[in-house]
Amino acid sequence: MTFHKRLRWSMLLVLPLLLGVRIAWAYPAAAPSSMHIMEGFLPLGWAVFWWLVALPFWIIGFIKVKKLLTEKPEQRLLLGLAGGFIFVLSALKIPSVTGSSSHPTGTGLGTILFGPFVVGILGTIALIFQALLVAHGGISTLGANAMSMAIGGPLIAYGVWRLLRGKAPSYVNVFVTAFVADLATYVITTSQLALAFPDPVSGFMGSWLTFAGIFAVTQIPLAVAEGILTVLIFNALQTSATAEMQALGLQEA
Amino acid sequence: MSSQLQNQPKRLGAGLIILGIVAIVLLMAIPLFVVRDSQFGGSDNAGAKAITAIAPDYNSQWITNFWTPPGGETESMLFALQAAAGGILIGYLFGYLRGRKAAQQSSPDS
Repeated sequence: MTFHKRLRWSMLLVLPLLLGVRIAWAYPAAAPSSMHIMEGFLPLGWAVFWWLVALPFWIIGFIKVKKLLTEKPEQRLLLGLAGGFIFVLSALKIPSVTGSSSHPTGTGLGTILFGPFVVGILGTIALIFQALLVAHGGISTLGANAMSMAIGGPLIAYGVWRLLRGKAPSYVNVFVTAFVADLATYVITTSQLALAFPDPVSGFMGSWLTFAGIFAVTQIPLAVAEGILTVLIFNALQTSATAEMQALGLQEA
Repeated sequence: MSSQLQNQPKRLGAGLIILGIVAIVLLMAIPLFVVRDSQFGGSDNAGAKAITAIAPDYNSQWITNFWTPPGGETESMLFALQAAAGGILIGYLFGYLRGRKAAQQSSPDS
């Protein structure tokens, strides 16, 4: 399967995302939400499974980061910026209309600049920091949380970015990509929890809707805010980092 | 594709930038005034509560966090530290880029 074919497959994941958002409005979320799956809240089998799924992405990510730093050392500035952006945004717990708070992801910017695999490494670094120092997320659930925030969300968002490239104005594309990276993260978390904890009566879909009500709805306004912020940063980079943006093909020479 | 891109406005105007910042602030502030009876707990007991409802027998204590902050204050401090680290990095790099650009513009050779 070629890379582009895989991207198209990942695009299919966006459909249930949109559908899920539509349905989730019918389930007002009473419970507060959190971004990461907490330590111990996946059974051992699922924890190991998601580690194994994440592992090849981490390996490719390491290779891509190394390649970027050796072939385009001048891009380390923007790489640091993309990492800093993820660090800041994933530390902020922002109130949402459902009466609970949640974190943005900050992964959209890096996805646009360097692609999903490099972001996989940057996002995982932020997740490790939070798991070890703030007790948000955990080591057993690191694979699952990396698959949602650091890898899966960016991968889907990158598919959207490539799809809209040249078809939509670049600022619209930047906004949509960052929005999708943020929201898709929570849709994946929802799916991971529903897989591990299917409802005894209504099964996977029943659980999925419950978790979507908690995670996805809260996230929508935050994803909009993150989309706008990413557009502003992208604009600032075009102003200040013209050479780097041109080298990445994100700005006309 | 390149011709399409060239037709687009190169940069956002100051008005649009201000509008964007205002929109971000409103998106975060409006919930605080609209939703009155909430403490906006971002607490991580959230998903946990739903899991307990679906699978009451599940024991999440099979593994626990290597280290947990002793209380909310320390936790806030560490989150602030994380945001500060990222913010310093972003500010430093943007400062560097702006300075570099200013140096290029003031130098007649480039």
